[in-house]
Amino acid sequence: MRGTTKYGSCWKVAAQNRPPRSFYYSLSASTRKATALQDFSYAAATTIDEAVSLLSAGGDRARVLAGGTDIIVQLREGLRSADLVVDVKKIPELMALDFDPARGLLLGAAVPCYRLYDDERIAAAYPALVDSARIIGGWQIQGRASIGGNLCNSSPAADSIPSLIALGATCRIAGPAGTREVPVAEFCTAPGRNCLARGEFLVSLVLPAPRGGSAYLRFIPRNEMDIAVVGVGAWVELDPSGQKIADARIALAAVAPTPVVAAEAGKSLVGQPASEASFKAAGEAAKKVARPITDRRGPADYRTHLVGVLTQRVLATAVERAKSKK
Amino acid sequence: MAEHKTASPAKSDAAQSAGNGHAQTNGSTVAPPYRVIGTRPVRHDGADKVTGRAVYGADLQLPGMLYGAILRSPHAHARIKSIDTSAAEQMPGVLAVATARDLPNLKDKVANLGEGAVNLAHLGANVLAHDKALYKGHAVAAVAAVNIHVAEAALAKIRVDYEPLTAVTWVLDAMQPGAPILHPDLRTDELGEPGAGNTNISTHLHFEQGDPDKAFGQADVVIEREYRTATVHQGYIEPHVSTALWNNDGHLTIWTATQGSFTARQQTAELLQIPLSQVTVVPCEIGGGFGGKIPVYLEPVAALLSRKCGRPVKLIMNRADVFEGTGPTPGSFVRVKLGAKKDGRIVAAEAYLAYDAGAYPGGMIGPGCMCVFSCYDIPNARVDGYDVCLNKPKTAAYRAPGATQAAFACESVVDELAEKLGIDPIELRLKNAAKEGTRRVDGPVYDRVGLVETLEAARNTPHWKSKLEGKNRGRGIACGFWFNIGLKSSVSAHVNFDGTVTLLEGSTDIGGSRTSIAMQLAETLGIKAEEVIPRVVDTDSVGYTDVTGGSRVTFATGLAAYHAGLDIIAQMRQRAALVWECKVEEVEFDAGTFRHKKQSLTFRELAGKLHQTGGAIVGRASVDPEGATNGFAVQIADVEVDPDTGKTTILRWTIVQDAGRAIHPSYVEGQMQGGAVQGIGWALNEEYLYDDKSRMTNASYLDYRMPTALDLPMIETVIVEVPNPAHPYGVRGVGEVPICAPPATLANAIYRATGVRMRELPMSPPRVWAALAAKK
Ligand SMILES: Cc1cc2nc3c(=O)[nH]c(=O)nc-3n(C[C@H](O)[C@H](O)[C@H](O)COP(=O)(O)OP(=O)(O)OC[C@H]3O[C@@H](n4cnc5c(N)ncnc54)[C@H](O)[C@@H]3O)c2cc1C
Repeated sequence: MRGTTKYGSCWKVAAQNRPPRSFYYSLSASTRKATALQDFSYAAATTIDEAVSLLSAGGDRARVLAGGTDIIVQLREGLRSADLVVDVKKIPELMALDFDPARGLLLGAAVPCYRLYDDERIAAAYPALVDSARIIGGWQIQGRASIGGNLCNSSPAADSIPSLIALGATCRIAGPAGTREVPVAEFCTAPGRNCLARGEFLVSLVLPAPRGGSAYLRFIPRNEMDIAVVGVGAWVELDPSGQKIADARIALAAVAPTPVVAAEAGKSLVGQPASEASFKAAGEAAKKVARPITDRRGPADYRTHLVGVLTQRVLATAVERAKSKK
Repeated sequence: MAEHKTASPAKSDAAQSAGNGHAQTNGSTVAPPYRVIGTRPVRHDGADKVTGRAVYGADLQLPGMLYGAILRSPHAHARIKSIDTSAAEQMPGVLAVATARDLPNLKDKVANLGEGAVNLAHLGANVLAHDKALYKGHAVAAVAAVNIHVAEAALAKIRVDYEPLTAVTWVLDAMQPGAPILHPDLRTDELGEPGAGNTNISTHLHFEQGDPDKAFGQADVVIEREYRTATVHQGYIEPHVSTALWNNDGHLTIWTATQGSFTARQQTAELLQIPLSQVTVVPCEIGGGFGGKIPVYLEPVAALLSRKCGRPVKLIMNRADVFEGTGPTPGSFVRVKLGAKKDGRIVAAEAYLAYDAGAYPGGMIGPGCMCVFSCYDIPNARVDGYDVCLNKPKTAAYRAPGATQAAFACESVVDELAEKLGIDPIELRLKNAAKEGTRRVDGPVYDRVGLVETLEAARNTPHWKSKLEGKNRGRGIACGFWFNIGLKSSVSAHVNFDGTVTLLEGSTDIGGSRTSIAMQLAETLGIKAEEVIPRVVDTDSVGYTDVTGGSRVTFATGLAAYHAGLDIIAQMRQRAALVWECKVEEVEFDAGTFRHKKQSLTFRELAGKLHQTGGAIVGRASVDPEGATNGFAVQIADVEVDPDTGKTTILRWTIVQDAGRAIHPSYVEGQMQGGAVQGIGWALNEEYLYDDKSRMTNASYLDYRMPTALDLPMIETVIVEVPNPAHPYGVRGVGEVPICAPPATLANAIYRATGVRMRELPMSPPRVWAALAAKK
C-alpha cells in the first residue's frame, strides 16, 4: 500500500562452504545481542612470530586488535566474540610507514589514518587513500583506526578498500607457514570475511610507486556519521600528451558482498580522451558489475545509479589530480 | 552561537527584525522596563553540566545496588503461550526475575495522568507484555543480578514460547478489514459511541464548522493532496534509566530521568496499585525527552525487581532498546483539501488524518486534528481523525505531538494554492492568518495571537529579502502552530538571610527552565537572577507539578514563581513594618526596595533582618492557569538539490517565532534552533525502517539518520514578541512550535529547486532521486 521499498537487513550472500553469517557492517542494531563487553584475555605481541603463535593457538577464538574501532564495538555489541584479543600495535613492522617515491609505500597494518594525511608527501602521492583516511570516522576515530583494520574487518562498504584496489596495493601476510602476498583485490571473500587462514594476520600493505592521479568518493545521505551507500575509488594515468588516458583502475564499495573491481570500466578508458563523455561511459560500464541489494542504506536501483554518478565524478577528480602533477 | 547574542530587546513597538533579532510587538504600548527579563545570565546549572558533575540517572550508585536487564520480544506480533524463568532464577548471582504476572490485575482500571485518562491495563501491558507481544522490542521479562553480565546471561536462559502472528505497520493497512487485529476487545470510539466488530481503529474524531460542502462549491480553486510520513523518534541523547529501592518499610523510592516526576510517581503507584504517598520519585538530570520521557517504562519494572530482592535495582536501556521499546511519534497518512477564491481567501478546508497509535490506543491524533488548520481563519472546515493500533511501540508525545505531520500536509497545499493563484506565499498566508477572534475548527476562539506579526517579521528578514540564485536551488516558507498548555505547577521559595532566595520547583529542567523560572522570580522580587537558587526537587519536597511538556513550564511554573514572589513581598512588607513600626499598608515596594517615608531597605538588607523579626520567610504558590499561550513560527529555507543523487543541502535557514515575551532570549533561540533542527531531521532522513517481518532494521544512530552539525547551516532566529495577555510577563510557550514547519518548508523549497512536489517523509536522497526520475 505504501509507495516505498521495504528495506531488508543484510546482504544476501550466495551459499558458501562456511555458513554465511548475517553480517553486513559492524554496527548492525538488528543483530546486536548484548550491551556489556564480555570478558576476554588480552595479549600484546611484540614480534610477528609471537603474534602468529598466539593466533595459531587461539584459532577461531582469537582476534587481532589494531585501533579497535571495529573490534571493540563488535565485541561489546555481541556481533563477534573472542576469548583472546591480540594487540599488534607493539610490533614494529605493523607500525611502519615508509615512503620512497621510486619504490612506493610500505604501510604497516596498524598505522592509524591520521599519519597518512599528516604526511604531505604521502598525501600528494596517494590522494585516493588519503581521501579514504580523512572520512573514516571523525578525528578521534582517525587517531586510532588503521587502514589494515579497515581491510581486515572486510566490510563491503569499507572506505579504504576501493582506494587500495585502485592504487594496486598488495597485502603482506604472516602466518605459521611464513609470509605470503595477496593483492588487495583478492583479499575479501564475503561480508566480514577474508582469505586469512588460522594463525595468519596482515603485516603491511605495499603500494607501488606513485603514478598518475587517484581519488575516492562515497555517497552518504548526511555529511558525516554514515556508512557508504556506494563508494568508488579510481586511479588514472594519462599519456604524455596529458589529454588521453593511458591506464585506469576502478573499484566499488557497498554494491556487492565484497568490494569489487570494475575491470571493464577501467579498460574502457584506455586510449580514450580524458573527457566527461569517457567518464560517463566508464560509469555505465561500472554499473554492470554492481550487484547491490536493497537494505537500510538504500534501495538497489538507487545504488546502481549512484555507481554511475560517482564513477563519473571520481574520474574527473582523479584526472584533474593527474594533470596537476604533470 | 555568538552571532545570536546580538540583539537586546528592541524598544520599538513595530514589528521589526534583524538577521538574528528580536522584534517586539505589543500593539501600541512600549515594552515595560524589565531588569532581569530579556537579559542573558549564565544558567544556574551551567557549571555542573560543563564539568560533568551533574548527576544523571546512569551516574547514580547506591550501596548494594543490582543491575537489571530486560528481555524483549524478537517478534513484531506474537501470542505469548508461556514464559519459563526457572533456569534464570536458579543462576548464581541472579536475585530476582519479573514478568507481567508480578503486576496486579489492572483490567478496566483508568488513571487520570494530568494530560488525560490512561487505560492502566494497556500501560501495564506495555511495561511488561501479558498475553501478547505487540512489537519487536516489547518488554517480556526482567532480571536483577549482581552485575550486567550475569543479568544478560540470565536473560538468555528465559524460555518464552511465542506463537508468531502476522504483523501490520502501515496505518492504512491496519485500518483495512481483514487486517491483523492487535486487541480483540477493541471497539472504535466513534464520536463517543462504541463501534461494532473487531478493529484496530481505537478512535474516530470529527470536528466541523460552517458548511464546507457549500463553500467548496463556491471556491474558484480547490486543491486536494495526500501525504505520508514515517515513524520518527524523539532521539534524546540519554537513554532511559531508572533505579528503584523498595525499602523494608514498604516505601518505594525511584531515581529516574523523567519529564514529570509526579506523573512518573502516579503511573508507577497506579500500575503497582499502591498509594501515591508510598512512592517518592527523585528526578535526576535529564538528557532530553521531547515528550518521550513522559510515559514510564523502567520505573515499575525496577520496582518489582527491588520488591522481590530487597535491594536497589538499576535498569538502563541501550540505544536499540530506546528505538524499539519506547514511544516514537506516529507515522501518518493525511489528506488535505483547500478551496480558495481568486483573491486568495481560503473559504473551505477538509482534512482526513490517520495516525499510528502504536501498540496501544491513545496516540497523537487529537492534537493533529486540533492543529491542522489552526494557522488560518477558515469559516468552513471539516476534520476527521483516526487513532490506529499497529505493531509498533506505543507512540509517545514528540514536541508539538501530531502537529508536524498535519502542518506538512496543510502547508504544502497552501504553497500549491499560492502558486496556482499567483500570490506570494507570505501574502497568501497573511490574507488568511488566524488572529484574535478567529474560531478554530475544533472550537476554541483565539485571544491575542501573533501570527500576523510573525509573518510580517518573516517578510522583513534579510533572508526573505535576499535573492537566491544558482541552478537547482529553491526557497521555501511555511508556518507552524501549536496550542501550548497550562496545567498545574507548584513552587515554594525561602528567603535566605544573605538576601538570596532558594526556589524549589517540581518541573524537571530540560531546556534551561531553572533559569527562566528563576529570572521571573528575580524580576518579581527586584533581585538579580544569580541571587535566586533554583532547585528541582523530589515529589515529597514540593507541591504537585505536571510534566515538563506542552511548552508549559516557563509559562505555568514561571507564573507560580511570580505568585510565590508576590507572597514573599507581602510577608517582607510585614517585616519592614515591624522594623519601621508602621502599618503594612504604609510600606511600599518597588524594584527590589522597600520604602516608608524617607526610610528604605533593599531586599537584601531586609533579608538580613529576618532573623530578628520572626525568622525565615517562605513564599509559595500553586497554579493551574488557562491562557492564550498559542505559539506560531514561520520558517524560511534555501536549498540546493543534487539532481544526480537527490541529496538536499540546506544553504540557509531562518525561523521567526512569537515568544510572547522572551524571558532568556538565548534559551528561546535555543528552542527555536533545536526545534527547527528536529523538524529538518524528520523531513530529510529520519525514519523507522522495517524488514519483511515488521522488525525495525535501523535501531542505531548510525542508520537512524538525525542531522549532525555538518548537515546544517547556522539557524538564524528572529524572536517576535506579542505578549500573552494571560501572563504577567507576557510569556507564551516556545518549545514545541519550531518543529512544525520544517518538513513543509523543505518540501516547498525542494519544489522550487526541482519542480517536484514531495508528498512523503522523509524526503531522503533515494526518494527525491526517484521522484526526479519519474518526472523526466
Ligand atoms: C564512529 C565510527 C565511525 C566509523 N566510520 C567509518 C567510516 O566512515 N568508514 C569506514 O570504512 N569505517 C568506519 N568505521 C569503522 C572502523 O573505524 C574502520 O573500519 C577502521 O579502519 C578499523 O580499523 P581499526 O584499526 O580500528 O581496526 P580494529 O577494530 O582493530 O580491527 C578491525 C578488524 O580487523 C581485524 N584486524 C585488525 N588488524 C588486523 C591485522 N593486522 N591482521 C588481521 N586482522 C586484523 C580485527 O581482528 C577486527 O576484526 C567507523 C567506526 C566508528 C566507531
